[in-house]
This record gives sequence, structure tokens and C-alpha cells, in this order.
Amino acid sequence: MSQHDDEATGSAVEAHTPREVSIGTAVANSDAVENPGLPPHRERVTDLDPRKDRQMSRRVVALFLFSILASIFAIVAYFVWPIDVSVEGFGTIRNNNMAIGIGLAFALLAIGTGVVLWGKNLMSGEEFVEQRHGTRGTDEVRAKVVKIFDDANKESGFGRRKLIRNTLFGAIAAWPLPAIFLFRDLAPAAEPHELLRHTMWDAGIRLVRDPDGTPIRAADVTIGSAFHVIPENLEEADHVLDAKAKAVVLLMRLNPAELNEREDRKDWSYDGIVAYSKICTHVGCPVALYEQHTHHLLCPCHQSQFDVANHAAVIFGPAARPLPQLPIEVDAEGYLVAKSDFTEPVGPSFWERER
Amino acid sequence: MIGLLSTGGAYAAFGATATADETTAVSQSTLDEGEKLFAANCATCHGAALEGTEAGPSLHGVGAASVDFQVGTGRMPMAFDGAQAERKPVQFTDEQVKALAAYVASISPGPAIPDEEYLQGDTDAANGAELFRINCAMCHNVAGAGGALTEGKFAPPLGGVAPEHIYEAMVTGPQNMPVFNDMNLSPADKADIISYLTYVDDNSSPGGFELGSLGPVAEGLFIWIFGLGAVIAITVWLTAKAN
Repeated sequence: MSQHDDEATGSAVEAHTPREVSIGTAVANSDAVENPGLPPHRERVTDLDPRKDRQMSRRVVALFLFSILASIFAIVAYFVWPIDVSVEGFGTIRNNNMAIGIGLAFALLAIGTGVVLWGKNLMSGEEFVEQRHGTRGTDEVRAKVVKIFDDANKESGFGRRKLIRNTLFGAIAAWPLPAIFLFRDLAPAAEPHELLRHTMWDAGIRLVRDPDGTPIRAADVTIGSAFHVIPENLEEADHVLDAKAKAVVLLMRLNPAELNEREDRKDWSYDGIVAYSKICTHVGCPVALYEQHTHHLLCPCHQSQFDVANHAAVIFGPAARPLPQLPIEVDAEGYLVAKSDFTEPVGPSFWERER
Repeated sequence: MIGLLSTGGAYAAFGATATADETTAVSQSTLDEGEKLFAANCATCHGAALEGTEAGPSLHGVGAASVDFQVGTGRMPMAFDGAQAERKPVQFTDEQVKALAAYVASISPGPAIPDEEYLQGDTDAANGAELFRINCAMCHNVAGAGGALTEGKFAPPLGGVAPEHIYEAMVTGPQNMPVFNDMNLSPADKADIISYLTYVDDNSSPGGFELGSLGPVAEGLFIWIFGLGAVIAITVWLTAKAN
């Protein structure tokens, strides 16, 4: 075992300060585990066998040469696989990026691997312990620092002119206050739970196709159809995507004989056409995997299943509530319109939901 | 309300006459061959007069499009009663499929086999992609790689599916797929969707290896096993002592 305790390499600068234990750690060592010290030194094959040593040095050189070649390859690749905007698709971009990336990645990987091999196999393998020096300054240094502070206090009058000092503290404390009022505007203007309660739907708002906004006749919706629907006034919203995220609806037509409707919702559908919010009541994924014969709606995120024939009751999965139903009717021109907004908040639950 | 009913009725009548005109153009010999094939291969489950039995649904109103899709992709005749009929080697020649389709349509009209002009795959793929994301991607995956449904059912992958079968599936809503009639997605919209799927088929993924286009699960599994595996291997090698 070779320990260079006191004349540790690299510690020459601190040679003039005597080694001492820092005050903070000058407590009795209560560690139950005794320091086992370093394991016995073991010679490496490169230390013992000059042939292995040469072999390893050749390997490291080969890695560095390979790195140079890979870098050159990256340069060449830039010209060999140019990005050709006249070619349709992303093929040339992909080939260009892949070739350059392979060159750069292997160049860097070879440098790293070579350096590690050099360090582990060829550089000195002697273990040693390097002590840390104490952190406490000498008495002269400490006295000097105290004097600097005293002088500064005297010369600036920081301790004497108390009014100036305290008003400065006050000014600094007051400066960030405007930020509170500025950043308050980042929050929604209205109470968030009020926003969650309402969507763009209202009495007389037409159901239109997503994305082209054309209205839908009841006769267009044949049995087994599924229409992806937005409100006709969606573009009037301040934040169209936010409004869309709450208002999207799936419109389906079932055989009226298979539709089991609650007494109080009998007039919410039209001849087997029902409209349900597309936002899952679990965590708000779009639920639109509709099976026309089983009438199941599946949420792809967490496999909640809703039975459309049975007012979208949850039949499987983590969702806690049925999907909210949009009451619909047909206007004088035969187009489907909403009878009102959703009668409950769409999407996942929130604290104030029952309020 | 009366106006609505009359509009709906007019639509239905118009649709019916249009398909009826088309079916009359089919020669009597084709219909005879279709009838024979139907009696031999389909009537056991669907009934001799398309009326359906306990083993299979009625085929009234399904039209030539539905027959061409179901038989032309090998889904019918069904091998066994599973969660859903799956694609398998087609049992009939193309003429036989068309004859069957013509026969079923002649008994009870329905959606016709689509015109060639909508199947070229050279229309607006960008519009098709948007429509696909809104109407199809939730089940079939945004790259058409397919996906799972409830109780063993699944939306099949769309790669390599013939354009007429994609079109027919949209019109007829086979099995549990919803119907996307021409009032919902116009024939031009359907052509755009086919163009998008053709584009996806013909162009390699810009990101390189797609891992089946299955999205975050496949990609996550790959990076956790191979990416993290490589990181662990390098860490072990870095900290190991030299021999």
C-alpha cells in the first residue's frame, strides 16, 4: 500500500499551512465503521507485460485516428448527402442529418473511449490519498478581515447614519412589489372554476363539422354514423383552441330502439341522434373511439369505456362520471342545433365542481 | 319537421335511384353467377334472401361497397366467430367478388363500389391528413398503424390497404367502425384521406426508424431498454478497473 499522506501531489501550495482539522469537524469520530483504507495495489496487465502496453497504446491511437476519420466523414457527408429542397418529402433531410450525425457521434465517442482507455490502462495506476487542508484562516487573516469591515463601516457611515440606511432597506424592499400586481394578470381574469362550467354551446347554436364548419342536417346523420362536431360560433371565441378543447362534441345516431334514455333527457336527443362531450371525465383526453354496434366509446388514454346507448354511463376504467350530454334539437331549416349549454361542467373533476 | 322528413326522404330516394341505375348496368350472367356464389358461400349465415339469420346480420341495404370490402379483403366468409372478422387471404377471384357484390346490390340497393376518380391518391393529402386526424386517427393511429378497441376488437392497420377498400370502409362502416357517409365526408374528402394514406405508404418516415409508428409506448420501451441499457453499460465500463 502506498500512501503519500503529507507530501501529496498537487498540494504544494498549501505546504506552508500546517495540517489541521477544521473546527467544524473537530468532534470525536463516532463512526462505528473503521476506515478500511485502500485495497492492496494490483498491477495491471499493461504494467506487467510491455507487449500489452504497446497493444493498448496502439488501440488508443487507433481510436483517435478513427475519430479524425469520423469527423472528416461528417464533412464529406455534408456534401455527399445534401438537403435537396427540390425533392419531395423529408428523405434528403433525413439522410443528411443521419450521415452527419453518425460522423459527429462516432468522432466524439472515439475521443471519449480513447481517453478513458488511456487513463485506465496506460497512465499511472498508483492509488494515493490526498488530504484536504483545513478551512479556517490564520489568526492574522481573520483579524485583517474584521478590520476591513470596521473601516468600511466607519468610512461609509453605514452604522452611524441609521435613517439613510433604513430608508435604503425600505426602498429595496418596496422595489419588487409592483411585480405582484404585474404577474397577477397571468392568472385567468375570471375564477377558473367559472370558466370550466361554460362552453361555447348555447340555445340555437348550430352543430357544425370539424374542421370546415358546415352545419349538419339530421338527415345527414345515418344510423351508425359518427360526426366530429364543434359549435358554429367557435371562431368568435377569444382563445379558439381553449374554447374548442371544452366544446368538442361527438354526434352519433343509434337505432332509437337500442337507445335507453332517462325520462328527464328524452327530449335531449333527436330520433336516435345523440351528442356527447368528447372530453373524458377522467383526465380530459378526447374520447372518440366509437364502436357503432356495441355503442361503446373508448378513451385511448386510460381505457375508460362509456356506453352511449345508456346515457354514456361508465362501464369500465377510471372515469368517475358519465360524459356530459349536449341537449340537441332541429331548427326550422332542418339543421341540428343545441338546446342549451352542457348542463354540467365538461371534463375532469375539480374542487369547486359541486358548488 | 315535415320539411325535414321530405328532405331526408328525397335524399334516400335519390340515393336509391342512383345506385339502382348503376346496378341495372350489370349483365344478367354476372348476377346469375353472383347468386350461385351467394347461395353456396353466404346464404347459410345471411339467409337465402339476404334476410339474415341468428348467425349473421341481414344484408339488406349494405350495397355492393360492403360486399366488395368484406369479401375483397378476405374478412368474409368468416373463418370463425371471434371478436371481429379479420383480414385473411381472399377466397374468391376479383370477378367473383364483383359478381357477388352486384348480386347483393341487385336484391337490395346500397352504397356502390366507388368510382376510380376518387381512388387515385393524388389529391390534397394535407386536407386528407387533417380529416384523418379528426375522424380516423383516434382508432387507426395518426400514421394509420391501427390500434386496440374494447374486448379484443381492434382498428386494423391501414398500410397497404387498397384505396377502394379504404373508401368502402368509410362508406359502409364495417363491423364496429362508424359510418362516414357522403354527407359527413364528401367523396372528395374521402379521396383526400386516401391521398394522405397513399402518401404515408409511399414516403418513408422523416424521423428514420418508425418502430411500427405505434407512438410513445413503443418509443419509450425502446429508449428504456436500449438507451438506458447503453448508459448503464457505459457507466459500468467507466468505473470498472482495468485488468
